[in-house]
Amino acid sequence: MNLRSPLGKARGLGTAKSGTNHWWVQRLTAIGLIPLSIWFIIEILLAVGNDYNEAKEFISQPFTAILLILFIVLTFHHAQLGLQVVVEDYVKRKSFEIGLLIVIKGAAILLSLTALFAVLSIAFGGA
Amino acid sequence: MADFVLPRNSKVKNGKVWPEPEDTSNTRTFKVYRWSPDENENPSIDTYTVDMNSCGPMVLDALIKIKNEIDPTLTFRRSCREGVCGSCAMNIDGCNTLACTSFNSEVKGDIKIYPLPHQPVVKDLVPDMTHFFAQYREVEPWLKADSQPPERERLQSIEDREKLDGLYECILCACCSTSCPSYWWSADRYLGPAVLLQAYRWLADSRDEATGDRLDKLEDPFRLYRCHTIMNCTKTCPKSLNPAKAIAEIKKMMLERQI
Repeated sequence: MNLRSPLGKARGLGTAKSGTNHWWVQRLTAIGLIPLSIWFIIEILLAVGNDYNEAKEFISQPFTAILLILFIVLTFHHAQLGLQVVVEDYVKRKSFEIGLLIVIKGAAILLSLTALFAVLSIAFGGA
Repeated sequence: MADFVLPRNSKVKNGKVWPEPEDTSNTRTFKVYRWSPDENENPSIDTYTVDMNSCGPMVLDALIKIKNEIDPTLTFRRSCREGVCGSCAMNIDGCNTLACTSFNSEVKGDIKIYPLPHQPVVKDLVPDMTHFFAQYREVEPWLKADSQPPERERLQSIEDREKLDGLYECILCACCSTSCPSYWWSADRYLGPAVLLQAYRWLADSRDEATGDRLDKLEDPFRLYRCHTIMNCTKTCPKSLNPAKAIAEIKKMMLERQI
């Protein structure tokens, strides 16, 4: 039985004093991803049928490598921000929610580092 | 998880079919949600057939006729019968609206009437609005000014007054908030479109001096930023207001003061 007053319930724990940054960065990354995604898809389509050496040569160009790095960072940052909202919306058991958020952030960091490592390896001639 | 399925004791069953009126072919069928806290039963849908020759044009007219002539136990809120009090907000033909400003003739087929969605039901079509109004109280919907009050009224330019158009008309019927999926899943922390529109009504008021404090009280991932611009609020508003735009304006103010 909860005898807390309606106003007490509505006030809850107060405000987190944050939220604007998350919302703004999600929009900025979305806008940035529009041209980057178009560029990425076009390049992939153009590369269909290329062999390994041609792909390596393409990725090791500075212009391509930098755009790819930007694409990877924005994609995983945006995905992580978006998935966080989905979890906050629908997962209501606090312990499960916090666990999922940590897994999502961890996976985004791990996957983006892996992709970045691959691009840098090729760019600097390691692979 | 959020509740996507009704709990077992909320599953809606078929209810009573009330006798049809005699000596008339001009009838409409109303399917109305019924639930009483006094009976240990699931909610049910009762079927009423109403003689439209002796019924007013609005859904509220039909509900009053049902209560007067067919079933006095049918419970609903109503007061002004002209769309300014917000009491008779309910879900009619799948859309949250005011029974007093909805024409029976605009609904095709059976007229289905439910209480506002995803709110605790007190009885039949009466939802429990306690939390909604506590949230309204939480945004302190009154003029706050520290300056010495002027001897006469607080002046406002015509242009500044125009900024309140589309905001002051809100009657707090809660049609928008209860149509918002974000409010369904997170009403404990999300303020919802109606309360946020009211919050913006004071943020936009040139006479108010607490703008920063008001924004502080909304700077929260749940209170404000559960709005994902789904726009159900704007679609359903029986006063044709635009809560989604008011919320967007709040977000713009948040951004403006930080970059």
